Amino acid sequence: MKKLIELHHINKSFDDQVILDDFNLYINENEFITLVGPSGCGKTTLLRIIGGLESVDEGQVIFDGKDITKLEPNERTINTVFQKYALFPHLNVYENIAFGLRLKKVNEKEIEELVKWSLKLVNLNNYEDRKIDSLSGGQQQRVAIARAIVNKPKVLLLDEPLGALDLKLRQNMQYELKELQKKLHITFIFVTHDQEEALSMSDTVVVMNSGLIQQIGTPEDIYNEPKNRFVANFIGESNIIRGKYLGDKLVEFENVVFECVDTNFEKDEICDVVIRPEDFDVVSLDKAKLIGIVTDKVFKGVHYELCVDINGKEYIVHTYEEAEINSQLGLAIDPFEIHLMKVPQIEKA
Amino acid sequence: MIKKFLTTLILIIGILLLYIPILIIMLLSFNNSQRPYEFNGLTFKWYTQIFSDNSLFSAIINSWSIAICATIIATILGIFIALAINRMKQKYKPFVMFLNNMPILNADIVTGVSLMIIFTLLGFTFGRFTMLLAHIFFCIPFVVLSILPRLKQLDNNAYDAARDLGCTHMQAIRKVIIPGIKIGILTGALIAFTMSIDDFIISYYTTGEGFSNFSTWIYSRLNRRTFNPAAYAYNSIITIGSLLILIYINIGIRPGGKKIEKN
Ligand SMILES: Nc1ncnc2c1ncn2[C@@H]1O[C@H](COP(=O)(O)OP(=O)(O)OP(=O)(O)O)[C@@H](O)[C@H]1O
Ligand SMILES: [Mg+2]
Repeated sequence: MKKLIELHHINKSFDDQVILDDFNLYINENEFITLVGPSGCGKTTLLRIIGGLESVDEGQVIFDGKDITKLEPNERTINTVFQKYALFPHLNVYENIAFGLRLKKVNEKEIEELVKWSLKLVNLNNYEDRKIDSLSGGQQQRVAIARAIVNKPKVLLLDEPLGALDLKLRQNMQYELKELQKKLHITFIFVTHDQEEALSMSDTVVVMNSGLIQQIGTPEDIYNEPKNRFVANFIGESNIIRGKYLGDKLVEFENVVFECVDTNFEKDEICDVVIRPEDFDVVSLDKAKLIGIVTDKVFKGVHYELCVDINGKEYIVHTYEEAEINSQLGLAIDPFEIHLMKVPQIEKA
Repeated sequence: MIKKFLTTLILIIGILLLYIPILIIMLLSFNNSQRPYEFNGLTFKWYTQIFSDNSLFSAIINSWSIAICATIIATILGIFIALAINRMKQKYKPFVMFLNNMPILNADIVTGVSLMIIFTLLGFTFGRFTMLLAHIFFCIPFVVLSILPRLKQLDNNAYDAARDLGCTHMQAIRKVIIPGIKIGILTGALIAFTMSIDDFIISYYTTGEGFSNFSTWIYSRLNRRTFNPAAYAYNSIITIGSLLILIYINIGIRPGGKKIEKN
């Protein structure tokens, strides 16, 4: 795959507050890449740097092999769908979408065709003459997308475009956006702080925290093999336990030895063990490797979420069968469900 | 019963006090005599004299030309000042807003005298130019004040979106920001125009070399032989004109009215 955007050693601060710290990232052609991270971690800032709306203190932005760091936003073939749409209320739907084309002096007939084409892509046929403030949030969202894609950019930047929509509409739009990306064959750089959205839509997920990349990978990689505590906690729910690698694919935690699949640890190295709540198997007490007391249970629809006390520590367990509060619960874990993470140097001491 | 009677009475007196001077001026504009305290029958001659009395007519033209120029220049400058204030760091905003509001709160006479002193120090010749400068100066704050809230309402990203879609900096301001704050600009311009065409005190201190607008013209001739009742006629025309505009606007914006404002 061809690299379309390369960010080299980007540094950015606002009033001495470091937002991006030596940030490096490659983005491929036709990739659906998602930046995910907690509020304030610099996602919007990163998008604005790619779009040219924000300057960098240091570093380079390479687009299609050319250095575009110093180019103005209007000189870049990149378009943005903004967090709060930013439609122009004084223009109707047609004129909003035609805005970029008019600036490029496209002739009127072609503009009309392109506007129709883009409205069709976002399922808003015959909305040309509507005023912006007569549209619902979801419809405004679609107009914002149409206004961006009508310019046929090579890259579409989407800054939490679904943040203001209700759950149902959001799920529909997630699906539609994914379809749209496949149809258009362009790169989507999508920003969200919703980890589920990130996992379900992307080819590649970039987990960010305080201006640093925590992990890049496919959604499966990120979920199944989080690199550190932050990723494990941020993407889905996890139980994180301090353990010791005994060598030979054996790991010890809670004073029990488990088989595992990781190998890249030294013998007797301290490590963090990640177990997803749904990866516990509830078994009879005589077969159990861990035994705990159920302290709380919540019915979640498909499954029960149990809080289980093991040796005074709280674990979250998802199971389809109900369990009584204060009863004993036997748990087992398959070797491939146990994921080991390196412990940061500073914590080892 | 008595209470109701009294309130009605006070209301009527109040309205009369407001309107009697206007009515008197209208009446005088049809009075055949040049002296206001005697009535010699009806005439329309003052209305034609608006145009034939050279000094009055040029004072009127001066008033209008100063007001129009001051409005245009103050509005353009006001737009840019408002844009700058809007983008300013939150820290400095209150201070700049204070600077902006000071001339509005200040008594006209203080503004007038200080401008006069400044113009003297700068060695300007008093006349059309200094009066225009003064009018621009006192109009700007009103324009800024009426534009700023509109700018705040405007989507923060509207400018960015325009840039993103291919606008240069100036194009973005022209095609997106200005239309977005159009109503604020119009309000500001209207206030500036009324302030300017209305002004006497500041004009009085900043004019010279025989240059006068309508208000200073009246002041210089009141109770003199050279006073021309055509001034009453001009006043009446202005009153009727404003009244008609007001009626028109009220019909326009009344819910259910035929002429709903189109964006
Ligand atoms: N123009 C600016 N001036 C000063 N600080 C800014 C500016 N823009 C952003 N910041 C700061 O930079 C940090 C990162 O902001 P950014 O908008 O990139 O976060 P984000 O990851 O998009 O968050 P969210 O998920 O809430 O949108 C924040 O601490 C913010 O306060
Ligand atoms: Mg953001």
